[in-house]
Amino acid sequence: MTRFQSIVTILAVVSGTILTRFLPFILFPEGKTPPKYISYLGTVLPYAVIGFLVVYSLKDAVFSQFHGIPELLSILLIFLLHKWRKNTLLSIGAGTAFYMYLVQTWFR
Amino acid sequence: MKAKAFKAAFPHTLPICVGFLFLGMSYGFLMRSKGFSFVYPMLMSLFIFAGSMEFVTVSLLLSTFNPFYAFFLALMVNARHLFYGISMLDRYKNTGWKKFYLIYGMCDESFTINCAVEPPPDVDKGWFLFFVTLLNQIYWVSGSTLGALLGYVIHFDTTGIEFVMTALFVVMFINQWEEATDHRPARIGLICSLLSLLILGAKAFILPSLALIILCLSPGKIPARPSNRSNQP
Repeated sequence: MTRFQSIVTILAVVSGTILTRFLPFILFPEGKTPPKYISYLGTVLPYAVIGFLVVYSLKDAVFSQFHGIPELLSILLIFLLHKWRKNTLLSIGAGTAFYMYLVQTWFR
Repeated sequence: MKAKAFKAAFPHTLPICVGFLFLGMSYGFLMRSKGFSFVYPMLMSLFIFAGSMEFVTVSLLLSTFNPFYAFFLALMVNARHLFYGISMLDRYKNTGWKKFYLIYGMCDESFTINCAVEPPPDVDKGWFLFFVTLLNQIYWVSGSTLGALLGYVIHFDTTGIEFVMTALFVVMFINQWEEATDHRPARIGLICSLLSLLILGAKAFILPSLALIILCLSPGKIPARPSNRSNQP
C-alpha cells in the first residue's frame, strides 16, 4: 500500500467510527425514541462482534502451515489463566508471550 | 470550576490509565514492528480512538487497498457506539461546546465511567464528563506513541507479536461471556464468522459473516408491518 492509500484507508476507518458515535445524536435529538429493532441491535451486536473479531484475528492462521495449532494452544492458556486470575492484562501479556515463544521455537 | 471537576474526574480514570498505557503501548509497538513510523499509531489513536478497530486497521493497512471495505468494517466493529450514544442522549444534554468532544471521544471505558458515576453535586457535570473523556484519550494516545517509540530502541525477535490482537479479543470475549446472561449473540457471532471463514476463505468472509450475524440475530425482532392496510386505496 502506498502512503496515499494508507491515509485514505485510515480516513475511511475514522469516518466510519465517527459516524457510529454521532449518528444517535443526529437521528434522535430531544426526546425522540429510537426504533425497537435498532435498540435491540445495539444491545446484542457488541457480543456478536467480539465473536467475529476473535475469528477475524485468526483468519490467516487457520489456513497456515500449522492450521492454527499454536494459536489454539495460546488461546487455551489465555482461557485457563483468565479463569484462574481474572486479570485482563496478565492474560493478554502471558498469552502473547507464549505465542511468540511457540512460533519462534517449536512452530517455525 | 474546572479544577474541581478535574479533581473529581481524575481518580475514576486511574484504573483505565494502567490498562490504556499497557494496551496502547503494545499497539504502538506492534505498528512499529510492522515498519510504520510512530506518527501512524499516534495519529490513529488520536483520530480513530477505538482500540479494537485500531488493531484491525493494522491488518487492513497490510493487505490490499479497499477503503469501502475499511469503512464498512469500522461501522460494524464500532456499532456498539450506537448503543452508547442512545444511552447518553440525555446525559450529554446542556453541556455546550463540550458535547461535540464528549461524543467524539466516547470509547468503551469513558462510556462506562460517564454512565455509572454521578459527579458530586457541587461539581459541573459537563466538565466532569469532559475530563473523564479527555484523560482517557490522553492515556491511550500517550501509550501508543510511547510503545511505537520504544520500538525504535528495543530490538528483539518480534515474530508473533501480532497475536496481542487475538489475545485482546479472546479476553474481551471471556469477560463479556461471563457478564452476559444470554449467550446467543456471542455464539452467533463466533459460529457465523467461523462458518463463513471456512467456506469462503480469509479474503472474502468478512462482509458475508457480518451479514449472516445480523440475519441470525433478527428473527422475531423486526417489527411486523400491518399488511392488511397496504392494499387499501
